[in-house]
Amino acid sequence: MRFMMFMYPGIEEKDWTPSAEDVAAMSRYNEELRKAGMLLSLDGLRPPSDGGVVSFEDGKATITDGPFTEAKEVVGGYWLIQARSKEEALEWASRCPGENCRIEVRQIFEMDDFPQDVQDAAAENFGG
Amino acid sequence: MSDAKRAIEAVWRIESARLIAGLARMVQDVGLAEDLAQDALVAALEKWPSDGVPDNPGAWLMATAKNRAIDRMRRQESFQSKQEEIARETGALFAMERSDFEAAADDEIGDDLLALIFTCCHPLLSREARVALTLRLLGGLTTPEIARAFLAPESTVAQRLVRAKKALREARVPFEVPRGTELDERLPSVLEVVYLVFNEGYAASGGEEWVRRDLCEEALRVGRILAELVPAEPEVHGLVALLEIQASRLGARLGPEGEPVLLLDQNRGRWDPLLIVRGRRALERAEGLPRPLGPYGLQAAIAACHAQAIRAEETDWVKIAALYDALAQIQPSPIVELNRAVALGMAFGPEAGLALLNEIGDQKELANYHLLPSVRGDLLEKAGRPDEAATEFKRAAELTTNARERDLLLSRAAPPNA
Repeated sequence: MRFMMFMYPGIEEKDWTPSAEDVAAMSRYNEELRKAGMLLSLDGLRPPSDGGVVSFEDGKATITDGPFTEAKEVVGGYWLIQARSKEEALEWASRCPGENCRIEVRQIFEMDDFPQDVQDAAAENFGG
Repeated sequence: MSDAKRAIEAVWRIESARLIAGLARMVQDVGLAEDLAQDALVAALEKWPSDGVPDNPGAWLMATAKNRAIDRMRRQESFQSKQEEIARETGALFAMERSDFEAAADDEIGDDLLALIFTCCHPLLSREARVALTLRLLGGLTTPEIARAFLAPESTVAQRLVRAKKALREARVPFEVPRGTELDERLPSVLEVVYLVFNEGYAASGGEEWVRRDLCEEALRVGRILAELVPAEPEVHGLVALLEIQASRLGARLGPEGEPVLLLDQNRGRWDPLLIVRGRRALERAEGLPRPLGPYGLQAAIAACHAQAIRAEETDWVKIAALYDALAQIQPSPIVELNRAVALGMAFGPEAGLALLNEIGDQKELANYHLLPSVRGDLLEKAGRPDEAATEFKRAAELTTNARERDLLLSRAAPPNA
């Protein structure tokens, strides 16, 4: 099973860049995940003002530049891990050296989770 | 199962291998170490549901297991008079006081874990025993889980585990990481176990699909752990690369009816790009080391060639043929030659493949192997020799034990519009 752990840091955009101390603690954690053979990939995200949002209404796309003052929470980074159960993924997430933040743990769809027609549709246009 | 119990089980899955490894270093017996760890688990199941999971569950389990160890040894001391036994226990007790799990450096924990892997995969044990013991002590799988994965009766697996632990104890196998040339000698046995676990999951030989996927993931997990612990060994990265790339095809290897789909017929859109990237990266790590690629590394390089081709027609068969040639030099086998013949046929035309098959055709090992006539038939068909091809397909159909494959071969032996 694979899980995506989304980190929602409880910080303002102006405090976005982490301190060396925070980074050191986080890389120890990342290393622990790696040594346990669980870590598949991870990334930290730049602040929302460096990104933007595309929203759709009735099929029409509207682009909004960051920052998003109306958004309560924004993703700060993610880990993609392999785990043997949801509980194991949650246990790993709870070992993160967080202060004031939230980590949302979500299981990833695998191909076999879908019915055959959905599987076919997903792979249909590859390499063509 | 209650939420609390599931949470404890999750902690156990994460901590058990390190716990057993740390304890085994102290008591020099993996069987006893496992018993002590189990005692700690029982204590956790009693305490945690009401008290909550402690902040550092690993340290809690270790402290509890240590106390149980001391209790057991005191009890044994009063009943057993064997001098040697007492001396061993005292030594273990002494070692325990000196070492402090919480303060132990990462290196030390890693070393214990590595010693546990090497002990589980000790050449003294049969392959089946090595596999079962590795899944049990390193993966934290229960006996019923191992039995389900290998479609074996629980009692068989339980007995296998008991005997393996007894054999290690009786042979007084030291709990340590082999060094130097001994490491080189014993590493293949470890890698073989990881590969066997993976293949058990990968081969579509029945069982529940999620169990099979779990086994592949478990093999990958142990492989990745090894890659962190013995990073200077190219074959470890080679094996990890091979497994990552093979695992990338998990979603494409079976058709809608559960029938195996051959590599070249697979829908490549179903291959997992993340695992392919991870596999390529592991292969680069192997290639970056001063020692040449071994059999796993070369097989990974072949798998990477396939993974790189977005369409089957874009496969770099010349490179694959060269890699099989290298593989045949360091690990010669009729199966490798057969694969080399296929690659030569794809790279340089059917006659090149047929020429190699004629060289290897009379080998004893291949006499009753259905893939030999099957491959030859395929090459003959491509060479525009349909009658000879049909004879080969018929012969292959006679030799295969798989009904679905037999039907396929017979249909190729007699094309409907011939």
